Amino acid sequence: MIDARSIAGKGPRPERHVPLVVVGAGAAGVAAAVEAARAGIEVLLIDEHPVDNDMMAMDVPLCFGQRMDATVRNRAAMLERVVETNPALASAHDAGVDVQLGTYVWAAFVNSPTVQEIPGPMLGLADDRRSWLVGYDRLIVAAGARDVLLGFAGWERAGTLGASGAAALLTRYHALAARRMVVIGSGPLALHTAALAVEHGVEVAGIVEVEPSIRGDAATAKGLAARGVPLITGHTIREARGRTGEIESLVLVPVDNDGRPIAGREQEIVCDAVCVAVGLAPSVELLHLAGARLSFDGALGGWVPEVDAWMATSVPSVFAAGDCAGFQDGMLASPEAARAQGRAAGIGAALSLGALDRGEAEARRGRPVAAPSTSVDAPAYWRGWLRSLIEAGGWEVNVCQCEEVTRRELVETKPPRYLKWDSPQMSARDLATLLRDGPLNQDQIKRLTRAGMGPCQSRRCREQVGLLLAQAAGTTLDRIPLPTFRPPVRPLPLNVLWPADEPAAMREDWVSWFGIPTQFSPHWEAGMAADEPTAQARFIRER
Amino acid sequence: MTQHGAAVVIVGGGVTGLCAGWWLARAGVDVLVLDKGIVGWEASGRNGGGATHVYSPFGLEEQRLWPQMDELLGYPTEYQPYRIGVALSEAQLALARRSAEIAEGRGFRWEALDRRQLKELVPIVGDDVIGGTYLHFGGHANPQRTVQAYAWALQDHGGRIIQHTTVTGLARRGGRVTAVETSRGTFGADVVVVAAGPQTGLFAEMLGVALPLAPARVEMIATEPIPLMRVGGVAGNGLYGRQTLRGNLVYGGGPHEWINVPDMATPAHASTPLVRNLARRLAELFPGAAHVRVIRAWSGLVENTPDGLPVVDRLTDPDNVVIATMSSVGFGLSPAVGRAVSDLVQHGRCTFADLGALALSRFADIAPDWRERAGWVATDSVATIAGGDA
Repeated sequence: MIDARSIAGKGPRPERHVPLVVVGAGAAGVAAAVEAARAGIEVLLIDEHPVDNDMMAMDVPLCFGQRMDATVRNRAAMLERVVETNPALASAHDAGVDVQLGTYVWAAFVNSPTVQEIPGPMLGLADDRRSWLVGYDRLIVAAGARDVLLGFAGWERAGTLGASGAAALLTRYHALAARRMVVIGSGPLALHTAALAVEHGVEVAGIVEVEPSIRGDAATAKGLAARGVPLITGHTIREARGRTGEIESLVLVPVDNDGRPIAGREQEIVCDAVCVAVGLAPSVELLHLAGARLSFDGALGGWVPEVDAWMATSVPSVFAAGDCAGFQDGMLASPEAARAQGRAAGIGAALSLGALDRGEAEARRGRPVAAPSTSVDAPAYWRGWLRSLIEAGGWEVNVCQCEEVTRRELVETKPPRYLKWDSPQMSARDLATLLRDGPLNQDQIKRLTRAGMGPCQSRRCREQVGLLLAQAAGTTLDRIPLPTFRPPVRPLPLNVLWPADEPAAMREDWVSWFGIPTQFSPHWEAGMAADEPTAQARFIRER
Repeated sequence: MTQHGAAVVIVGGGVTGLCAGWWLARAGVDVLVLDKGIVGWEASGRNGGGATHVYSPFGLEEQRLWPQMDELLGYPTEYQPYRIGVALSEAQLALARRSAEIAEGRGFRWEALDRRQLKELVPIVGDDVIGGTYLHFGGHANPQRTVQAYAWALQDHGGRIIQHTTVTGLARRGGRVTAVETSRGTFGADVVVVAAGPQTGLFAEMLGVALPLAPARVEMIATEPIPLMRVGGVAGNGLYGRQTLRGNLVYGGGPHEWINVPDMATPAHASTPLVRNLARRLAELFPGAAHVRVIRAWSGLVENTPDGLPVVDRLTDPDNVVIATMSSVGFGLSPAVGRAVSDLVQHGRCTFADLGALALSRFADIAPDWRERAGWVATDSVATIAGGDA
């Protein structure tokens, strides 16, 4: 006997199965795909760029800050640019890799203690028209890293972008609509971003560092200064100004040795973009969904997968390479490290699939690669910045833009403003009272305040919220449990996500709840069944 | 280690346990709620938020209490009154009408809606709607906000909640349970309430009581916000759910997966490709919102009894234990069920409803292999059976 209303017999069926899927066609992903293809493996290499304009406008997957020019609406032209600006793609193509661009990977589905129906691990893919499922034997995630943002008064205005968003617009899309940009931060990432901007004809109106001196390479900084870029150390942001929804200027204020703003000495810099370049966080969402164990490493940008010498994660069929396996500033100077990780992952995947024997694999890989070492504690740096931004900008600044949750509302665990709720009981509650019940959990705070609940899927606020929780709990970011990632990890329209290939049984036996005949029967007619007819819905015209 | 126990110890910090604790605490009873994780982390905080269960023995009390809950608790639940049922087919219309007529028999008012009225009330429905129902009763609330409201209100009345504490055993002396054993020591108790969702059966088993329960996973999706409709409680096309006060469309439905009883660890709440099928039904229900983006999906575990009805009962041996499982329909009824459990603890009987139909004794003669007979078995068990590898 099988319960017809259960999933039994209707489990998901991928429309294609590939021995190896590589997600992300950056340096690491291409290297991985090429190595595996050379070993005779059939490889599908997927990259989401060019990302469609609507997604970009939501700051997904990177923080583009509404500074895309109109050309990004031309998908064909963007596809050409993405191909032209990534010559390595040709090498993947030549190696026989199936390359799919403009394709989002929005989920990894695997079995777990509460899911047994998945016939084999699979990915959810989508383009701007439809979604589909692809099964895999091995998965290499080379999804890169996303921008860590720290808010300031006025950061909701168009023009606040992240370092990787800016870099993508400059180098991949050639579509940055900014003329005069201020760069926030002075580590290698910030200097690198500033140099890129200058190189592409964007004026850099300042590199702003809250610490007393430039953090990155002195010679690089000197070179930028020689090209007219002001290096402004010991300063933080008071606010971004603009008469409309656009940033027109940025007000800076010097800080004392404790990072406190010194009033009366503000300076206003005219600019149309503010690029937050204080750090990147590894894009681990697919790794999380695929079940890979993550641990916190401040030197690598936060939550990273635990990997072995083949870049295999705790799930033996899943590998990670490049920035998503851990980002640190040194990776910018030596992209070879990412490439080496990619090669190791590609060869490791081929080895685990039996296409290479161990000796061959080790010979091809060479010595296990080490990323450039670093002792930088990225979260501590972010914490310093955030403290100064709070000192200079106050507590009424949004931490979550999508849901308009201010720093104060977050730490006071206020229900959202639109509820217009006020009660003495509610006013007596805050993070400190929650802390008495147990360690702070970002997912729980999200439910209460809505910080992180919006369409950007918490990309812009994840670290800031975590830092504020850590501050309230008197601890550090690594002690705040990883907030979960949920599919779809790209916000996709209902009519893209929907399946055109639904099995008939899915339609015929669909009920809203369990379909237990007595479950909703009136208790005064005990035992009488009120069976729910299956949903004989109108069929959507197949596209 | 002996901990500071309580007159009433409640195992499970979901809506049922917390609301029962709140009713007890506001009656001045010394109450302690234990949870293996964070309050409301399981089905209590992951459901559709519906509060329209007039067919239930708790239905009248549910309808009486919800409009007062914000005020009684002192915290917002986002309760919103009224429900609209949308039908895309005659079968769906018959279902919507039937549930309205059941309520009518209890004195609740409803009216039929034609296509024009529906389109006016719910602008995102398509031209293919054939009709619907407007219920002048029922409603919905925000499960996550509500469960935290129960927890906070319980504390405001002097009750205690201890999270991240797994109950491992129930100590008995004579015909009574005297203490609750946990990962953090032993808590003495005069009365114990077990409201532990899918794990409730495990605790019953510890007491030598058979409580047939089958756990299953169900899933939901949420979209980005869209402009607020006049009534957020709109459902149909095989979906349950609502538009939240923020504007998100939050819906679930469709096939469940039967699973085995999870252990006491908090499982990951993984979604499956069912999110695509849910997206399709939601787009069919609301063609005007087909372009809206899904930003989140989640799953939750619920448990069902063989007849799909709750067990809310005070045991006879031991005689100081109250068992409460809502058989997968617990959120909306929780204000009333909490009160019923509080009654069972304090008076040994429910003061406002006849719970005869919800007694555990109705399953006294159930076959041990009832899950197999019903086909309510986990997928891996199905494979085992099919392979003849018994």
